[in-house]
Amino acid sequence: MADAAIHGHEHEDNRDFFTRWFMSTNHKDIGILYLIVSAFVGFISVAFTVYMRMELMDPGVQYMCMEGARLTAAASVAECTPNGHLWNVLITGHGILMMFFVVIPALFGGFGNYFMPLQIGAPDMAFPRMNNLSFWMYVAGTTLAVCSVLAPGGNGQAGSGVGWVLYPPLSTTEGGFSMDLAIFAVHVSGASSILGAINMITTFLNMRAPGMTLFKVPLFSWSIFVTSWLILLSLPVLAGAITMLLMDRNFGFTFFDPAGGGDPVLYQHILWFFGHPEVYIIILPGFGIISHVIATFARKPVFGYLPMVWALIAIGVLGFIVWAHHMYTVGMSLNQQAYFMLATMVIAVPTGVKIFSWIATMWGGSVEFKTPMLWAFGFLFLFTVGGVTGIVLSQAAVDRYYHDTYYVVAHFHYVMSLGAVFCIFAGVYFYFPKMTGKMYPEWAGKVHFWTMFIGANITFFPQHFLGRQGMPRRYIDYPAEFAYWNEWSSYGAFLSFASFIFFFGVIAWSLLRGAEAKQANPWNEYADTLEWTLPSPPPEHTFEILPKQEDWDHERAH
Amino acid sequence: MAHAKNHDYHILNPSIWPFLGALGAFAMLFGAVLWMHDVTPWLFWGGLVAVLYVMFAWWSEVVTESHVGDHTPVVRIGLRYGFILFIMSEVMFFSAWFWSFFKHVMYPMEEYVGTEYVAPYIYPVNAMELPLINTLILLLSGCAVTWAHHALVHGGNRKDIINGLAIGIALGVLFTAFQAYEYYHLLHEGWAFGEDEFYSNFFMATGFHGFHVIIGTIFLTVCLFRAMAGHFTAERHIGFEAAAWYWHFVDVVWLFLFFAVYLWGI
Repeated sequence: MADAAIHGHEHEDNRDFFTRWFMSTNHKDIGILYLIVSAFVGFISVAFTVYMRMELMDPGVQYMCMEGARLTAAASVAECTPNGHLWNVLITGHGILMMFFVVIPALFGGFGNYFMPLQIGAPDMAFPRMNNLSFWMYVAGTTLAVCSVLAPGGNGQAGSGVGWVLYPPLSTTEGGFSMDLAIFAVHVSGASSILGAINMITTFLNMRAPGMTLFKVPLFSWSIFVTSWLILLSLPVLAGAITMLLMDRNFGFTFFDPAGGGDPVLYQHILWFFGHPEVYIIILPGFGIISHVIATFARKPVFGYLPMVWALIAIGVLGFIVWAHHMYTVGMSLNQQAYFMLATMVIAVPTGVKIFSWIATMWGGSVEFKTPMLWAFGFLFLFTVGGVTGIVLSQAAVDRYYHDTYYVVAHFHYVMSLGAVFCIFAGVYFYFPKMTGKMYPEWAGKVHFWTMFIGANITFFPQHFLGRQGMPRRYIDYPAEFAYWNEWSSYGAFLSFASFIFFFGVIAWSLLRGAEAKQANPWNEYADTLEWTLPSPPPEHTFEILPKQEDWDHERAH
Repeated sequence: MAHAKNHDYHILNPSIWPFLGALGAFAMLFGAVLWMHDVTPWLFWGGLVAVLYVMFAWWSEVVTESHVGDHTPVVRIGLRYGFILFIMSEVMFFSAWFWSFFKHVMYPMEEYVGTEYVAPYIYPVNAMELPLINTLILLLSGCAVTWAHHALVHGGNRKDIINGLAIGIALGVLFTAFQAYEYYHLLHEGWAFGEDEFYSNFFMATGFHGFHVIIGTIFLTVCLFRAMAGHFTAERHIGFEAAAWYWHFVDVVWLFLFFAVYLWGI
């Protein structure tokens, strides 16, 4: 372990509140800001789903009524005329917020900002001021998105109910301000992410510690680097697609209107050319965190470092050439379907390399089930379930039947809601003592994990059954035949929500009353990347003297 | 900075510009929505002014930092990386317009089974007239900028730098003027702004390119003033380099537009 004192010295932090948090050029503070805002937005987005699960708990419509949204169930059908628009607005809001404003900002913006420069021994990001622009544009985008939910929209009500993918013709005909606000929200968040990606790539390429060649960089930093490329190359294409939507909506253009020679399927292609890399943008930084957590708590260096890096790169590259598996049912030729099916299945290979390498890391290790490791374990199981249903869905023939059913909902929540979000929680518990200098109560972390793990599985596992029974997604109501598993699913959602609230409690309690954890490394010698050589919490400026090779190069990792 | 740094990276002091810039962007876009729905144009303009002001103030600060020596060799490498990456993201932005364009040229809606769509009569444009002249103008302006670049790198003859840039800028302005004339002419001959996928693709792709030409021209103009003020040396001229790269990027996009949209598409 290196002597922490050489890297940064304690000194009085004399920035005032506004200067520190609104004018920041400090990657650690900006990382914290990202985490706080994404937690807040995540809460809004999860609250939407709880309301939706209340509605879906029983057949019929009891809560989302034209007479007004209710918090208690309506006693009779006469009291409640179903308000499908409200339902559509909630699914759209949930999707847009989660995709653009919760998971990417937490993993890429939050952990990426805080820990990527630390892991490579850089004093800050390459463009610290632009880093802050990324953050504030993210806030601006979030505000526009929330405005979109509340602004006058389609059907004479507030909000847009078009689904997060914003397919035309729904999105080009939806009236009101709401849809335009949503489009601009995505524009701004895209610009924010692109600037962030430019910053991360430059930092990674230009500011690594002396002697840290590319294949000595820790895996989390690698995952951020690969993610940055996906953002840089895919988000501008989305910006193009939604700009075309904007022109169709407001200036009489007909990119997607068949009456003017346009083609709505074209939008789907361009959207998914972004949309598929997007799912890897969401999960790859999580892969990075999991690698460090598993290596630390198995007390073994990660198995197969080089294949792990190449798997990240391969997933990134393959992510760009499989997009049309989201649209098998739009009438593509058989050759196209065969190609996209094959290419999609190929992704299972590098993903398998990662999963098996994580398992091999634990093999023969001295596994310790601390809270972060539990989350990593949960992630491994759930992500594998989601990955396997992904292989099922990649079959064009099978997808004919599963397309737009709850099977798909279950699949992508297993990889994202359970995969990516479990990575976020693994990261929060793993890095909490580093970021705050406090320790959470271990039992509380475990309670949070088990309630979330059980709750999320009860929520989403039955949705596989519902999908197989043929229940379509995005509907406010369903026939009584689907009632049984929907009820279970709702109980699971309530348990998960309780767990989420408990998590906020754990964090608040730990910040205020948590045990001091000032030592540089609260875990063990296998948490051996550079951030663990710094004091907890790290001082305002870190690595003012660049780290020496023996501080981070432990040989055994290879 | 609280204490001495022992490395060559650029650690910045806190800055208000990112916050104000994002605030301006929010006002501008919220204002754009209001304007598109005929409420008021003024919030948009207010936001736009704020964004432009922030750009001016921010980049002025960057120039000042360059003069006080913050841009060490390693920081200069970073700035180059950053700009190249920005151009790559712009390339991907343009790929969306080209995707739409190629799709509609190769698989036109009138060939679809069961369609009632009939493509409108489109007043023909001879690509070998004004579009070709515009192509030559833009390429020539690229040459002029390269001339200035060479003069800068090899010895720094100030007169050649300024002449090269001035000619490049003048040709850029001429391109924009010709493009505006062509738009006016075409709309006068019956082309519509929208209404059909052809017009949509044409105006989106060429319009977005034209917007980039204007940005590039402004960028070069800033470099011209900075060159006259003696900001650039043979070793240190990141601003100029970025402007030149941007200008060549805009050139290349135009070549694709010329061959695809004008020669093939019309």
